[in-house]
Amino acid sequence: MIRYIFRRLCYGVLILIGVNLLTFVLFFAVNTPDDMARLSIGGQRVSQSAIDRWKTERGYDKPLFLNTEASGTQQWTDTIFFTRSVPLLRFDFGFSDEGRDIGYEIGQRMGPSLALALPTFVMGLFVCIAFALLLVFFKGTRLDFAGVVICVVLLSISGLFYIIAGQWLFAKVLRWVPYSGFIDGWESLRFLVLPVLVSIVSGLGAQSRFYRTLFLEEAGKDYVRTARAKGLSERLVLFRHILRNAMLPILTGTVSAIPLLFMGSLISESFFGIPGLGSYTIDAINAQDFSIVRAMVFLGSALYIVGLILADISYTLADPRIRFE
Amino acid sequence: MLAEAAVLRGARFFPVLAGALLMLAAMAGCSRGPVNSPYAQQEVQENVLYTAFTQRSPKYLDPASSYSSDETPFTYSIYEPLYGYDYLARPYKLIPRAAEAIDPPIYLDAQGNRLPDDVAGEQVAVSVYDVRIKPGILYQPHPALARDAAGDYRYWPMPPDALQGKFSMSDFEHTGTRELHADDYVYAFRRLASPRVVSPIYGVMASHIVGLREYGDQLKQADQALRDNPDAAAHRDWLDLRQIGFDGVQALDAHTLRIKVIGKYPQFKYWLAMTFTAPIPWEADRFYHQPGMAEHNLSLNTWPVGTGPYMMTESIVNRRHVLERNPNFRGEPYPCLGESQDREAGLLDDCGKLTPFIDRVVFSLEKESVPLMGKFLQGYYDIPQADRGEYGVAMRVAAGDSAEKAALYADRGLQLRSSTEAQQYYLGFNWLDPVLGVGDTPEQQEKNRKLRQAVSIAVDWEQYVSIFLNDEGQVAHGPVPPGVLGYQELPEGLNLQVYALENGRAVRRPLDEAKRLLREAGYPDGRDARTGKPLILHFDWAGGMGSSAMLDWMRRQLAAINVQLEVRATDYNRFQDKMRNGTAQMYMWGWVADYPDAENFLFLLYGPNAKAKNGGENASNYANPEFDRLFDQMRFLDDGPEKEALVHKMVAIAQHDAPWMFGYFPKSGGAYQAWVGNAKPTQMVRNTLQYYRIDPDLRARKIEAWNVPRWWPLWLLAALAAVGAGLAWRVARARDRATALGNTDSASQP
Repeated sequence: MIRYIFRRLCYGVLILIGVNLLTFVLFFAVNTPDDMARLSIGGQRVSQSAIDRWKTERGYDKPLFLNTEASGTQQWTDTIFFTRSVPLLRFDFGFSDEGRDIGYEIGQRMGPSLALALPTFVMGLFVCIAFALLLVFFKGTRLDFAGVVICVVLLSISGLFYIIAGQWLFAKVLRWVPYSGFIDGWESLRFLVLPVLVSIVSGLGAQSRFYRTLFLEEAGKDYVRTARAKGLSERLVLFRHILRNAMLPILTGTVSAIPLLFMGSLISESFFGIPGLGSYTIDAINAQDFSIVRAMVFLGSALYIVGLILADISYTLADPRIRFE
Repeated sequence: MLAEAAVLRGARFFPVLAGALLMLAAMAGCSRGPVNSPYAQQEVQENVLYTAFTQRSPKYLDPASSYSSDETPFTYSIYEPLYGYDYLARPYKLIPRAAEAIDPPIYLDAQGNRLPDDVAGEQVAVSVYDVRIKPGILYQPHPALARDAAGDYRYWPMPPDALQGKFSMSDFEHTGTRELHADDYVYAFRRLASPRVVSPIYGVMASHIVGLREYGDQLKQADQALRDNPDAAAHRDWLDLRQIGFDGVQALDAHTLRIKVIGKYPQFKYWLAMTFTAPIPWEADRFYHQPGMAEHNLSLNTWPVGTGPYMMTESIVNRRHVLERNPNFRGEPYPCLGESQDREAGLLDDCGKLTPFIDRVVFSLEKESVPLMGKFLQGYYDIPQADRGEYGVAMRVAAGDSAEKAALYADRGLQLRSSTEAQQYYLGFNWLDPVLGVGDTPEQQEKNRKLRQAVSIAVDWEQYVSIFLNDEGQVAHGPVPPGVLGYQELPEGLNLQVYALENGRAVRRPLDEAKRLLREAGYPDGRDARTGKPLILHFDWAGGMGSSAMLDWMRRQLAAINVQLEVRATDYNRFQDKMRNGTAQMYMWGWVADYPDAENFLFLLYGPNAKAKNGGENASNYANPEFDRLFDQMRFLDDGPEKEALVHKMVAIAQHDAPWMFGYFPKSGGAYQAWVGNAKPTQMVRNTLQYYRIDPDLRARKIEAWNVPRWWPLWLLAALAAVGAGLAWRVARARDRATALGNTDSASQP
C-alpha cells in the first residue's frame, strides 16, 4: 500500500507540474504583464513608466519562458515561469500581485470556507442518502413517484435561482436570517444557515436521483431477496445490505471531494459574503492577479490528487475484495 | 407488516423531530426582535456608519499610488492634502485643509526675477507656491511614531521575530504621534519619484515640478546601486529620501512648504487637493520597510498613516474595513454656506460645528446587489456605497418606474438625491482613420467632417439617456460639463452642428439633413459614390458581448441613415491596445475630472496629447492647430472672463470639427437612510465621511420595526411534516396489507 501511495504521489508531482505549466500558458495567452499592470494600477493616467515600475517590483519584467539575454542555465532560470514555479513546488505561494502574503490569506480564509463547506457536505450527504433510501423504501408508490418528480424539478433549476430565492424568502420575506455576511466564532451560525440550506437543496435533486438509482440496482439483486426471505426487517435490508453495497460509487464522488472542501465554494461565498477561499479565487480572477490564480489552481490540483488517493484507499475499506495490486 | 413496522420505527423519531420543531418555534416565538442583523448585538445603537464596498478591498491606500475612486473614502478621510473642496458650495470651491490659506503663486522669469501677477503666461519661467501649514496638526496614533522614555523609536529597528503574530496595527502595544511638518509634504513629493513606489501621477508631476524628473532619474540610479549590491537583502532596504533632495519642493521652515512649478500652471493648485500630495511621515516609510513587514501585510497600502479625521483600525481584505475617529484630529468646522436649496434640506444645520460627527465607519464587502439593496432596505446599511452613486441613481430610476417602489422608499423615508457630475461619456472618432478621421486633402477633410456631422445627428443621445440611463444623465453639447467655468447653459451652449433652436428649445436636426450631409460626404444613400459599396462603420466596444441592447440601439441609429455599423466587441485590455495603436474607428469612453477646470476636459482634445503618437489622453488623436493654440493660451489663464471666452471658442471649434459625439454627463445619485444627516451627493468632494451625521436611536427603532420576523411558516412546516409522516405511514400500511393479487378482499377469503 505504501508503495502504491508513493507511486501515486510521484504521478501527482508530474501532474502538478503540468497543471502549473498549463495555468501559466493559458493565463499569459490572454494577458500580458502590461495588461496586468494596467489593471492593477487603475486610474486614468497609467503611464508606461508606472507600468514598468509595477512589473519590475513584481518580477514581471523578465521574459516568460526563455531569457535570450542571459547565458547558460540562466536562460531558463531567469524567467517569470521558473521564478514563479519553483517556490510553488515547495508550497511557498509568495505574494499576490497586490503585495499581500498568499499563504497568510489562505490560512485566514480556510476557516470560513470550511465552516460553509463541511456542514454542507456532511448534511448534504446525509439528507441525499436518506431521501434516496426513503424513495427506495417506497419504491413503486405514489410517494416514490412524487419524490422523483421533485428530484427532477430540483435538478432542473439553476443554482443561482436557489440563492436568490432563498435570500428573498428567508432574508427578505420571513426575516429569519441575514442576507449575507460573516462574523467569526459561533455567531457565524446564523450566517451559515441559509447558504448551507441552499447548497443542500440545490444538490438534493441530482444526488438523490443518482443514489436512488444505485440503491434500486442493489435492491434488485439476489442477496437482497435472500435477506428479505430470511425475514430481515426492511430497515436492516436497507441499511445493512443495500447501503453498504452501494457505498463504492458513492465513495468515489464523496471521498475525493473531501480535500476540495478547503477550496470553498466559488458562487455561494460570493453571494453570501463569506470570506473564504472560493471568493478569494473569484476576486483574483477578476483582478487578473496571476499569483493568486496560480496558487489556488495549484492548491486545488494538489488537494484533488490527495482526494483521489484517499478515494482509492477508501475502496479497500468499503470492499475487502479490492487490493492495491 | 414489515414496511409498516419500519415506518412505525421511524415514527419513533417523529416526536423528537416534532419536539425540535416545536422548540425552534417556541424559541422563535420568544424572539420578536430582529434576528437577521448582520452585525453583533447592540451595534446598531452606536454612533457608527455602516456602508458597503463592492467587488474588492481598496488596493492602494498609499497616497502616491491611490487613484481609484473606491479607495477615496479611505484615503481622503485618513490623509490631509493641503487643499480640499468646500462640501456644499457649487460650482466647486477650493478651500484650505492642512494649509492655512490658498495664496496665489509668485512668478519668476528665467533669471529668477519676480514678475507682476498679471504677466503673460509665456514669460513665466517658474511659479513659486509658498504654502503655510496650520501649526499643531498631529498624526493619528501609530506604532511607527511610538517612542520609549529615552526617546528611541519602539518599533525601529525591529528584530525579525518581533513581528510574530502581528498582522494589524492593533497588534502593536504602543503608539505615538508627532506634529505635521512641511518636511512630510516634501517627503511625499519625493516618494512620487521613487522607483520603489508605483505612482500613476509621477509623469504628470514630473512635467510640472521643477527638477522632479531629474530627481526620479537620480533615485533610479541610487536604487539600482542598492540592487547591484551583492547582499541580496540590500535592495529591500529603506531608501531614505531625506538624504537625497531636489530643488522643486522644499520646506522653508517647519510650517512653510515651497513648491516650484515649471512656467505658469494655474491648475496646479487642484493637484494639491488630491491625496497624491498628502504628507507622509518618513518614520512610517522606514517602519514599513523593515524585514518581515511585507510578509505580514503591513504597508502603507494596507495601514495608512495620516492626520485626517479618521484612521484605519481594522482591515480584513475583501471582507471588512473600519475607520475610527482619529483622537488627535483637531476638528474642522462644518461649512456655513451652500447652494440655495441646502438650507431647506437641512444641510446647514450643523454650521460651524466641529467635524467629524461619526465615531466609526464600517465598510463591509457586498459583491452582489441583491443582498446589498436588501440590507439597505432593512436598515442595516446607512448608505449603500460611500464612493459612488450608482445605487442612488438606480433607486431613483426604480422609483420612477414603479409606484410600488416609490411608495416603499417614501415609507422608509429614504433620501434619494442626485446631481450632475464633472464626468463625461462620449463617442469618439479616430482622427487617424481614413473614413471618419481628419482626411488627406482639404476636400476630403470637409467630406469627412460632414460624415461625422451626419453620424452625430443620427445618433439620438436624448433617447440614449432616456432608455439606458432612465434620464439620470444630461445630454452634452460640448466637452465642458456643468459646474465648470466655461460651461454654457442652453441655448448659449447649443451645438449648432447637430441641433437647431426652435422656440427657444434645442431640437436635433432632422435625419434628412443627416442624409444630405452623407450625400455631400460622398455616401449617397449610405453607399460609397465611387465604388457603390455600402458604408460600413466600425464601433470598437469594450463592454464585452453582453450589452447587446445598447449595441442594437446604436446599429438602429445609423441604419436610419442607411449606414451599417459593425461592432468590434473586445475586452478592455484589447480595447486599450487598439486605442494606444490608434487602430479603432469609433469608440466610446469616459472621463472623470481630476479637478473642476475646463482644462481637465479640453486637454482630451489637445493635439500634443494624442494617444497614438504621444501616449496622452487624447484618445481620438484629434489635432487642430487653432484649438491647440487657444489651449496653450487658456492653460495659463486664471479663472475669469478671458479664460471663459477662450473656452467658448475652443468648444465651438470642437463642435464644428466633431471629433466626438459629446454623449452625456452622468448624474451622481445618493441614497441615504432617513437617519443620515448632511448628505449631499458629489464625486468631486471625496472627504464626505467627516460631514455625515447619523441618529443611532432612530436607526435602532426603525430596524426593530422593519425586521420583525415572521415565524408562522414554522408551524406550517411542522404541519406539513406531520402530514408527510402520516401519508408515509398509510402508504406503508397499504403496501404491507396488499396481497399478491392486489385485492385485499380476496386475500381475506379462505
